[in-house]
Amino acid sequence: MIDELRAFWEMIWPEMGNGLVVTLQLSFGSLFIGLIIGLPVALVRVYGPSWLKKLATAYVDILRGTPLLVQLFFIYYGLADQNLNALLLTLGLPDKLLTFPPFTAAYVALGLNSSAYQAEYFRGAIQAISPGQMIAARALGMTRLQGILNIVMPQALRLALPPWSNEAAYMVKYTSVVYIIAVPDLFTETRRIISAHYNQMLMLPFVGFIYLIMVLVITWIMEKIERRLTIPGLEVEAQRL
Amino acid sequence: MTEPIVRITDLHKTYGSTEVLKGVSLDVATGEVLVIIGPSGTGKSTLLRCINLLTRPDQGRIWVDGDEVTAPHTDINKIRTKVGMVFQDFNLFAHMTALSNIMIGPIKVKKMPKEEARELALYELKRVGLAEKADAYPGQLSGGQKQRVAIARALAMAPKVMLFDEPTSALDPELIGEVLEVMKELAHEHMTMIVVTHEMGFAKEVSNRIIFMEKGHIVEEGPPRQLFYNAQNARTKEFLGKITELYGEEQE
Repeated sequence: MIDELRAFWEMIWPEMGNGLVVTLQLSFGSLFIGLIIGLPVALVRVYGPSWLKKLATAYVDILRGTPLLVQLFFIYYGLADQNLNALLLTLGLPDKLLTFPPFTAAYVALGLNSSAYQAEYFRGAIQAISPGQMIAARALGMTRLQGILNIVMPQALRLALPPWSNEAAYMVKYTSVVYIIAVPDLFTETRRIISAHYNQMLMLPFVGFIYLIMVLVITWIMEKIERRLTIPGLEVEAQRL
Repeated sequence: MTEPIVRITDLHKTYGSTEVLKGVSLDVATGEVLVIIGPSGTGKSTLLRCINLLTRPDQGRIWVDGDEVTAPHTDINKIRTKVGMVFQDFNLFAHMTALSNIMIGPIKVKKMPKEEARELALYELKRVGLAEKADAYPGQLSGGQKQRVAIARALAMAPKVMLFDEPTSALDPELIGEVLEVMKELAHEHMTMIVVTHEMGFAKEVSNRIIFMEKGHIVEEGPPRQLFYNAQNARTKEFLGKITELYGEEQE
């Protein structure tokens, strides 16, 4: 038994450890990219001038309406297109400007895709805040920006936490698509082990189990954060409605 | 006669195809308590919201404390600090304690140091009788307490005039008294107040002047005694009769 465990450990280590690190990096990196793009997109969709609103809506629609895999292929293979490179050159830009190494392509694809979903979560949360909050802020003499930053956002971000933690859980699993462009994440490493040892009935449930643990840990952390940020009295009020 | 603190001339406002205000003119003197009454949908709230430009009028001009609110490049945020507003549904900032609700305006708008703002907020909370609720969140307060905090929040900006938009209409009957009490106190301190309300007891007891509005016009105005007991316009009489029947003669 001990020997078998040792053999299993030697088979998976350090490859799966490295893969795990890559998966976590991709998850958090993409969530972060999604956040710093998604939040402004949401703000534009609620508060922006109408032409910018339309642009932001199109951005969200396209990224939510097309498969992540297609987006990843497009960013990795599509943008490396020779004709496009030639065009970039004639525009006076470096020809490899949009030709990304696998890691970068993965971050771009996952980050942009997530930004569209996050923008929708944030938009929903912002719109759920009673307009009276902004009116009261303006009546005090706050600028629109002050009202957004001090009054609307602190409430909206709390409302966005439950869907956002969903997005975090999805992201950990979605990162596995990057095996297709040979980013050495957890799943890519698992496939390598499977092709060397033909032990898919062991390795697939095992890697699934590792994803499950990651998702459970993230969900647990997010619940802690949600509880800590709960506004006293507000949950009672919500129940009354 | 001194300059009026609020002057409104020929105010018009149309929403879609409905003309809500059809040429309202009004002067409010410093220290005056003006009550605006009238059936719903006659532009009372719109009139209030025009004064601090929460609603932009289509036509007409408004001055507050000598500054023209409706001038093209006016600094509306600066004028709004002179105009306190209390809403029907309180609109306290849900994520902040009562104290922070009052502090945020002076800190963000007037750039007051935090410590000073805290002291001011505590003073204003005491003024509305809620010092012990400083750390409570709006969700932990009763409707009457919320509205008193909202009044304190407006007062912390040291406004020249206070606008009350049906401040007791969303309250349970037993909570109305405490809010009216605070408003009476303010009136005694000679705060200029423009109050849209159905509280006839308050109107009769506290106001200097009552305006009866209907269908976007000022139908009749005068001191409370005159309107209640000697109204000239048949509609005023009818409305006051109905509302007194509904809300009672004296309400505490």
